Amino acid sequence: MKFTLSWLREHIDLNPDVDLPRLIDGMTMAGLEVEEVENPAEKLGAFTVAKVIKAEAHPDADKLKVCSVETVDGVKQIVCGAPNARTGLVGIYAPLGTHIPGLDFALDTKPRKIRGVESHGMLCSAKELEAGEDHDGIVDLEGDWKVGDPAAKALGADDVVIDFEVTPNRPDWLGVVGIARDLAAAGLGVFKDSAVAPVKGEGPCPVKVSIEDEAFCPAFGLRLIRGVKNGPSPEWLQRRLRAVGLRPINVLVDVTNFLTYDRARPLHVFDAGKVTGDLTVRWAKKGETILALDGKTYELDDSVGVIADANGVESLAGVMGGEESGCTDATTDVLVEAALWDPLTIARTGRKLGLVSDAQYRFSRGVDPASVEEGLELATRLIVDMCGGTPSESLVAGTIPGAPADIDFDLAEVKRLTGLETSAARVSEILTALGFGVKKGKSGRLTVAVPTWRPDATLPADLVEEVARIEDYDALPEAGLAKPVGRRPTAVNPARRRATLARRALATRGLQEAITWSFVRADQAALFGGENAPRLANPISSELDVMRPTALVHLLLAAQKNADKGWPDAALFEVGPIYLGVEPDDQKMVAAGVRRSRPQRHWAGARTADVFDVKADALAALDAVGAPTANLQVAPTDNGWWHPGRSGRLQLGPKLVLAEFGDIHPRVLKAFDVDGPILAFEVRLDAAPEPRAKATKSKPAFEALELMPVRRDFAFVVDADTAAGDLVKAAAGADKQLVADVAVFDVFEGASIGAGRKSIAIEVTLQPRTETLDDKALDAVSSKIVAAVAKATGGSLRA
Amino acid sequence: MSDAAVIDRASLDALDKKARAAIGASADEKALDEVRVAFLGKKGEVSLLMRGLGGMSPEQRQEIGPVLNGLRDNLAAAVEAKKSALEDAALDARLAQERVDVTLPVRSEPKGAIHPVSQVMDELVAIFADMGFVQAEGPDIESDWNNFTALNFPEGHPAREIHDTFFLEAEKDGHPMVLRTHTSPVQVRTMVSQKPPIRIIAPGRTYRCDWDATHTPMFHQVEGLVIDKTTHMGHLKGCLKEFVAAFFEIDGVEARFRPHFFPFTEPSAEMDVRYERVGDEVRIGQGDKWMEILGSGMVHPNVLRNCGIDPDEYQGFAFGMGVDRLAMLKYGMHDLRPFFEPDTRWLAHYGFTPTLLPSLAVGLS
Repeated sequence: MKFTLSWLREHIDLNPDVDLPRLIDGMTMAGLEVEEVENPAEKLGAFTVAKVIKAEAHPDADKLKVCSVETVDGVKQIVCGAPNARTGLVGIYAPLGTHIPGLDFALDTKPRKIRGVESHGMLCSAKELEAGEDHDGIVDLEGDWKVGDPAAKALGADDVVIDFEVTPNRPDWLGVVGIARDLAAAGLGVFKDSAVAPVKGEGPCPVKVSIEDEAFCPAFGLRLIRGVKNGPSPEWLQRRLRAVGLRPINVLVDVTNFLTYDRARPLHVFDAGKVTGDLTVRWAKKGETILALDGKTYELDDSVGVIADANGVESLAGVMGGEESGCTDATTDVLVEAALWDPLTIARTGRKLGLVSDAQYRFSRGVDPASVEEGLELATRLIVDMCGGTPSESLVAGTIPGAPADIDFDLAEVKRLTGLETSAARVSEILTALGFGVKKGKSGRLTVAVPTWRPDATLPADLVEEVARIEDYDALPEAGLAKPVGRRPTAVNPARRRATLARRALATRGLQEAITWSFVRADQAALFGGENAPRLANPISSELDVMRPTALVHLLLAAQKNADKGWPDAALFEVGPIYLGVEPDDQKMVAAGVRRSRPQRHWAGARTADVFDVKADALAALDAVGAPTANLQVAPTDNGWWHPGRSGRLQLGPKLVLAEFGDIHPRVLKAFDVDGPILAFEVRLDAAPEPRAKATKSKPAFEALELMPVRRDFAFVVDADTAAGDLVKAAAGADKQLVADVAVFDVFEGASIGAGRKSIAIEVTLQPRTETLDDKALDAVSSKIVAAVAKATGGSLRA
Repeated sequence: MSDAAVIDRASLDALDKKARAAIGASADEKALDEVRVAFLGKKGEVSLLMRGLGGMSPEQRQEIGPVLNGLRDNLAAAVEAKKSALEDAALDARLAQERVDVTLPVRSEPKGAIHPVSQVMDELVAIFADMGFVQAEGPDIESDWNNFTALNFPEGHPAREIHDTFFLEAEKDGHPMVLRTHTSPVQVRTMVSQKPPIRIIAPGRTYRCDWDATHTPMFHQVEGLVIDKTTHMGHLKGCLKEFVAAFFEIDGVEARFRPHFFPFTEPSAEMDVRYERVGDEVRIGQGDKWMEILGSGMVHPNVLRNCGIDPDEYQGFAFGMGVDRLAMLKYGMHDLRPFFEPDTRWLAHYGFTPTLLPSLAVGLS
């Protein structure tokens, strides 16, 4: 909301000590957050009043004149093309090097020759100074201005423009009066309560109004003024409208715009000569159209309210008038409308038609019901004063709603909610200044009457805010939050703890943490099993239209994007959500990562990341979150986005999959336009069961075994498709007391083993517990291991 | 004359001298061993003399015996010493051949990094944990009720429009579901499921349909909520000022609270901190400008009531702030967009060492 300082002063006598910085600070601390302050005097600082001493024809150009100009810098020769440049003209001078706001360029710092004659500066038009629309000639000042007077002052453009954020709860701040009232209450000055004086009407309004749906239009006021003389508004009105960014049109229209900003009261004026018969407020019929005042034609349906006459739709109710019945300079009889509209409908209409106007904005936030009659009186007064004419009496169809309900206010609420000590007298003073009515109620309580322009105030808490706001939040006592007594619960919940631990474990393995969008493209989701991924109704782009079923999509794309920029070795991971459906339980926390499988050249030998790097990543994340990694089964995965031969899953059972890892399927990479091979993993952080809660944190006693371990190597020949994991598991299980560890140290396939066969060599660590192993005992456990492996895999010792 | 007769001190001295010269002259262990055999071996010169002791008179034996024993022991020690010296020399010579160029680079161990948003979230959790806040969570896909209605955004309320909501095609209770536009629905979930006193923070992903230089369609917020029987706005001020000082790790950050509007708090306040711009850098804590950093207020009675809590008995405050923005302010990033478009160089530059888990004891950053 923009307003000017002089406009504000119409409604408040600011205290003498309130300068601009104090005013801005006072507004902000009262909740009117100032966003921008524009001081045209600063913008026009370089421009001054100058006088043309002599204007002569240019020797080489018919349309140019060579002027001798008396300026603040002395007499200057200026070449000017304006038709009104003449001897004796008092205008506005721009010295060399000045930035011309209306043209947005700066004059050269050195004099330029125009058709052979040097020009030492410029004489400006109003438009070039952004002080008006006039561009037919240079500024031609009337009145007693001296050479060197500031241009801003001479042009009447020295009014400071303040723009601030109007919070949705305060529609009354969309009028300068409402702003002034709050600033006065905040102690910045004295509110000038300008009571509205009615203008006596002659005879009833001849045009009648019927309202089809009073839920949409509770009240509709109308008044006819006959015999007006329309035309351009006086300078003060034009200036005021221009300052807040509005274009003056003619008095009748300008008055409605003025009151929209002055009183937060949008109005509409119909040219009565173009209205046929009575007015009906009704829902539009599907297929009806209107050419609105913005020059656009809107197609309507029955969700849009309109004002119609015998000819059809004349106005979009509460949004914008129609071109057909609009007021022009030729208008002599004018119908002034001041109505109330349902805010939700007006908001919806604005969205539906893509049409936001000053009226629509105010009506969708709520307009003071009392302003129906006041608005008609104010508009009539202004029109009659500026255009003459004879008003009819006002007509109000429907019913103007009454004031909001009183609030029963216990003063103790102020202290309870804010800690502020206050008194009934002070509370009354504040509320009264804001327009509330305060009466003493029962047992020290106040009965507070809410003004018609404050629909936001319904509860005692709302009044507490008014008191705290006007007293200033800085005045509220500051207090520390008492530390809770007793054992602190762990601040981080189990899910976030897992995320934190997994994140740091993966970063320790050299992966960089990425955070990527929660949404992906539907066909990309489908490649990762997300055919039914939750779909957005209004995605930000068609590239991001469903919720992701995996965190891998953007990681793959990012790996490629980095490669395209010349950084092919991205190793990225993300700990974040995936969405298997729309219910809260469908959101799962994963840790996913990608590594490019590309030889890392090094002087001591190249190394290429392989499946076992991402398997290690997955295991590291699972270890970090306390999953029982020792008990995991490693199984093939049947998910189609993995390379069928180079991928696997880590699971506690077929139904309890904790992670998948491997090469991404080349077909998927191709669909993503990603160069492979790329290794990836995705760990379901929430899938691992929570370890059983124990009464204490005590660990089991350490078993210090004194006897030396014994290590024995075995090489087995097995079928080529035998899983090494099965062999290791069999060996480890052969004697659970003795076998402490089984490590695979060689896998070999070759002619010496035979086709379709391979050799797997393991080192078994045996830990005797009670007595040293003698040869007999060693032979016995070795036989057990060989037998167990043979049973599990069909393998035999390599000859 | 018997052999023993020639054993006198002078000859023993001569033998000792000869043997020591031979030991000293041994160039390697093999030569040394030959010397040892020549003097101390079974048929060595010293051994032969020892054998002769048997034929001596007791007096002679008493005189020469100890001397000869001493000679033998000393020579044996000299051989050992020489042997040790030769071994050392051999080791030194071998090691001299075993040099590597230690300036060669180590095997590549890429440095991992924690994303600044994660790091800042961990910082926030650490700070508020110290004030007794525990963490709460809610889903990203929310019901209209939790995201808006329960929070006192009536249907059609203009404040809803400010949120640029993402809607899902799926519906719940006759309304399209939404991607939560703020973390405030976690307030609702917590109050509905938990009895006061409540003291929670809820960091997480949030979404608004807006994408330009300063907005991304996904961003992060952290929500805070305190509900009990006594907490008022003065506590809100104290708590959040303590937070700001702890987070920015600056003494005497000047902060102010000013009125604002949020549907779910009454009274509502925004918090500003002082800052100044030095070149490209934003310096928080001092200066002549105010920067808004969070929204807050006393929980609106309607919200308490919507969540089944009696607003006449319980009260408290809530606050919410943008985590990405806090990260930018503290660590000096100027552009939000690279946060969610992973660039390895950006992550290496702005990311954090994984072992640096923020804590108030060890340090936040």
